[in-house]
Amino acid sequence: MTENSGDDQATIPSTTGGVGTVPPPPPAAVDPGGGSSGGRRRGFGDVVRTFVRGIGQTLITAGLVLLLFVVYEVWVSNLFAHQKQSQVHQQLAQSWQQGQDPLHGEDRLNLPSGKQVVIPAGEGFANLYIPRFGKDFAWTIVQGTDDAALERGPGHYTDTAVPGQLGNFAVAGHRVGKGEPFLNLDQLVPGDAVVVQTAGNWYVYRVLGDQAAYAAALKQPDKDKRNKAIEAALAAPDKQGVVGREIVDPSDIGVIDPVPNHPNTAASRALLTLTTCHPKYTANQRMIIHASLARAVAVRGSAIPKELPGGTL
Amino acid sequence: MYVWIWRHLPGVTALRVLQAFLLVAAIAALLLFVIFPWVEPKLPANPITGPGTVTQ
Repeated sequence: MTENSGDDQATIPSTTGGVGTVPPPPPAAVDPGGGSSGGRRRGFGDVVRTFVRGIGQTLITAGLVLLLFVVYEVWVSNLFAHQKQSQVHQQLAQSWQQGQDPLHGEDRLNLPSGKQVVIPAGEGFANLYIPRFGKDFAWTIVQGTDDAALERGPGHYTDTAVPGQLGNFAVAGHRVGKGEPFLNLDQLVPGDAVVVQTAGNWYVYRVLGDQAAYAAALKQPDKDKRNKAIEAALAAPDKQGVVGREIVDPSDIGVIDPVPNHPNTAASRALLTLTTCHPKYTANQRMIIHASLARAVAVRGSAIPKELPGGTL
Repeated sequence: MYVWIWRHLPGVTALRVLQAFLLVAAIAALLLFVIFPWVEPKLPANPITGPGTVTQ
């Protein structure tokens, strides 16, 4: 029975012949399966194996961290941006309530294009509504287009016109992440309303392009052909040579000229330009939407313009 | 590294799984809400961000 004993019974004889009986088991206990490698516990091969495993785990970890960064860029960054936008939005509403206006009431219909209105950087000064994107689409436009400004909301190109002013009221916004205000800019079609609210006025801009051609395009049964026709309608230039939508190189800053892409032409009407990245998830190109002022109406209490759902003005 | 962490988690397997899960969640939260927002502005600016128009 004692010969047969395993580790369990070792405690009992240990007091008497412990030293004598233990020696045989050790080799087996320490290295149970060690038939070939014998007593060498950490050989060269083990060191290499540990090292290689370490590299593997480090690379896998790095890959997971990078994936998580993508999650941050396309999702978590929106949470931060929405928080900042809601602060800007509330600040502007509060300012207006207290009779303060970052524009100092200098925005007005057909304000001459030479007049420069100074707005503090990063401050919200107008609200943007696009009915095509639903009732909830409301963004406060902030002054400036640097990273910090664009994280708070769509940013106004500092040197361009203010709402209603002759020239080009140009606004940039993120396409994916950072609040992604302009995610669906590609869904705008000729004639779509883009509504801008300042302290004193509502400005209703309409997306340029050939509205008749767009209406005709909708009758096209084939989906590919229909999309092509809608694109063509958007790309149709008006009498001043301004299109409804264009895809340009990031360096083409002519799109925010007073008369887009016509640097030497004096502004004779109020335009609005929205710029964002294109295609989605990249920054290779820019999608540009041009619209022209259709009408302006003075703010009256809490009434909203007819172009917005439930509007009466 | 992962094996080392696993070995040092106390308790039975079920408890260890729970702890490992919490550990992963805590690290992910730290990265997403603290480290990435801090690191992102320090990354090299997108070279194709022109003087005019906007990124992303």
